[in-house]
Amino acid sequence: MLQFETWKKAVVIFLVITGIIYALPNLFSQNGEKAGTAFLPGQTINLGLDLQGGSHLLLQTDLNAVIAERMVGISENLRLALREEKIRFRSLKAGKDEVTFSLRDDIIDTGKQSQLDTILRDLGRDFDTQRSGQNITIRLNEAGLQNLANQTVEQSIEIIRRRLDPDGTKEPVIQRQGKDRILVQLPGVDDPERIKRLIGRTARLTFQLVDMRSTAQEARSSGRVPPGSVLLESADEGGGEYIVEKRVMVSGELLENASAGFDQNSRPAVNFQLNAEGARRFGRVTGENIGRPFAIVLDNKVVSAPVIQSQIFGSGQITGNFNVAETNELALVLRAGALPAPLIVLEERSVGPGLGADSIAAGEIAALVGLALVIIYMVMSYGLFGVFADIALMVNVVLILGALSALQATLTLPGIAGIVLTMGMAVDANVLVFERIREELRGGRRVAQAIEAGYSRALSTIIDSNLTTLFAALFLFVFGSGPVKGFAVTLSLGIVTSMFTALMVTRLLIVLWVNAKRPKQLEL
Amino acid sequence: MFRLKLVPSVPSIHFLKYVPIAGGVSIAAVLASIGLFFLVGLNLGIDFRGGILIEAQSKTTADIGAVRGDLETLGLGDIAIQSFGTEKDVLIRVQKQEGDERAQVAAIEKITSSLGDGYDIRRTEFVGPTVGAELAEKGILAVICALFAIMIYIWFRFEWQFSIAALLALAHDVLTTVGLFALTGFEFNLATLAAILTIAGYSINDTVVVFDRVRENLRKYKSWDQGKILNRSLNETLSRTVMTSVTTAIALIAIILFGGAVLRDFALAMLWGVTIGTYSSIFIAVGLISRFDLKRSDDEDNQIPTPEYERS
Repeated sequence: MLQFETWKKAVVIFLVITGIIYALPNLFSQNGEKAGTAFLPGQTINLGLDLQGGSHLLLQTDLNAVIAERMVGISENLRLALREEKIRFRSLKAGKDEVTFSLRDDIIDTGKQSQLDTILRDLGRDFDTQRSGQNITIRLNEAGLQNLANQTVEQSIEIIRRRLDPDGTKEPVIQRQGKDRILVQLPGVDDPERIKRLIGRTARLTFQLVDMRSTAQEARSSGRVPPGSVLLESADEGGGEYIVEKRVMVSGELLENASAGFDQNSRPAVNFQLNAEGARRFGRVTGENIGRPFAIVLDNKVVSAPVIQSQIFGSGQITGNFNVAETNELALVLRAGALPAPLIVLEERSVGPGLGADSIAAGEIAALVGLALVIIYMVMSYGLFGVFADIALMVNVVLILGALSALQATLTLPGIAGIVLTMGMAVDANVLVFERIREELRGGRRVAQAIEAGYSRALSTIIDSNLTTLFAALFLFVFGSGPVKGFAVTLSLGIVTSMFTALMVTRLLIVLWVNAKRPKQLEL
Repeated sequence: MFRLKLVPSVPSIHFLKYVPIAGGVSIAAVLASIGLFFLVGLNLGIDFRGGILIEAQSKTTADIGAVRGDLETLGLGDIAIQSFGTEKDVLIRVQKQEGDERAQVAAIEKITSSLGDGYDIRRTEFVGPTVGAELAEKGILAVICALFAIMIYIWFRFEWQFSIAALLALAHDVLTTVGLFALTGFEFNLATLAAILTIAGYSINDTVVVFDRVRENLRKYKSWDQGKILNRSLNETLSRTVMTSVTTAIALIAIILFGGAVLRDFALAMLWGVTIGTYSSIFIAVGLISRFDLKRSDDEDNQIPTPEYERS
């Protein structure tokens, strides 16, 4: 009489039923929605972007741009503060990551030491000041850089979310990775280029007066731009250049709303409304400058520069060379707000919904064909015991699906390959046991003894061989990215579940059969 | 009752006799692989080299010549275009563009707009140079760490000779697989790397099964000479080795035939791995330990559990 303790039976049955319950929703699911199985506890399997279609983007915030900009801000503040304290200075410059200036007089002679110290201290703890002789250099320190990176990345994530998911319905994954990177995973994308257009621009909108003292051609030929102004390109290709005052009159932060519409000539345009503060400023500027062109600048390019006809408050219209899709996108990004820094796409993997569906179908067929072939081969090789192993194999597949659902792990296309591969390898443990039983039978043992010996002798081999494969899978998981990780997940799960099914499920079946039939001979 | 038996019940093949030949062939293959790796090099996919890959599906039959003509006018440098899967599908690979990541993204937009409405963009992959270098670094690290962990485990479970033999057999499998990719010019990408690690896992699995039997037989047949024991161990495990290789191969063939174009290369690499892994367990791993004088006493702690009926 072969022994299989009752508690073990209970464990096996419990695990198998739990697996089935968790795997079941996938059978009835449609497009990942649970249908008619709401009473079950589990979720359907999380499909990777390569299977359901979608975009994976790894972005980098251009911190250097933010730092440089911060330095310009600091230098402007310093200029004002030093003038106020009447400390004379020269060559105040904002560099890529530092601000430098020189004192004209000996600070001790002028007795302004404490005022200078206060000014420098007021910059905040994020900055380090270095002084050698009359020269002073100001830089961001480690903590300052860290704060700046944190701020920039967090703000960027918020803006990206508002741009990609304005209605809050798409469940995008937007995560920070490392110091200055952001991972975006957006399921179900039809047009990945649109995604990149939406996050590819900073969308900094400013209104600046056009400088009438000189023309762009003059500035270009003489190489001199009037002080306080800059030369900006037109947003239209071949649209020339404009000389625009550096001073920003109204900027995008003061926008209350933006929407796509049409101008009086029925050309696509973006309508905007300013908030109270914006309306006040806009009214003042337009009132004071009637007859002057007012440049609408988006990301340092002049979209248009209409001449101010009358005083305008509150709302206005951005016209330019747009089509309807472009005005829709522009309105959306303006509503979402400007990014603190440009984003650089480091990596993109986008899969259209059609390919994803095809991949699932192909994977399913491969899995079913593989399963069928292995089942037939096992029965042909081991007869009834082959049937036992096949039942275990099917339980194994159910357990993998159940575990994937329960853990909410992501199933990717290589992950499906992992399941198919596991089916091939899962029978290995059974093969080891069966071969061992055959040997024991040839050695003249009786049926029950041979089975007992087969299991106990194969055990250490099974554990050794599976553990080593698990190591390989583990490293795949740790170092792999995206789809490869999915492969490692199903492979690891498959190794664990196949050990369980081979050692417990088949054994239970064999024990039940032997105890019921009490065979004198075993054909294996 | 009918039984399919690919291997006779008790085969008596003199495996060790072939070890010198197999060893020679393997050494030559490994050297050739290293040579190919350095002289020819791998056809690195965009995962490691950086670049752009676009899979597009035509509404009708894809005209690869026309697509090539259109894309070459864009001036994006080296463009490889091939049919992929069905006759409607084309795969477009574009080399890394001059300049930073922004230039790459601009190139993608140029290509998709050049393909126009006649094509449906099914997949876009772009890997910037920074990420490509990181992925390559991580990949190499993964392979090295995995090999090392496996070696430690084997060393822990068996004698050191087994550990060295297993590691060399593994290195043999990994190197010849890399060599095969250099020889055939198949694309070497992240999926290939995953395949190599899986091959390593499969191969070591196979080796461990044989080693387990060797260890057992070393204790069982104390008076036999070592060669005879090794040969017997191989013969005893041959049936299992073939069984498992065949079931795994069956599953892989199902993927190759039905799993779609994306998985095909991966499964092909694995199929090669199953073959080479089985070969190396027998001829390289066991061949190598036959050169050592193995410890025969069982005064260590790694004994096999004695079945109940054998206990007194």
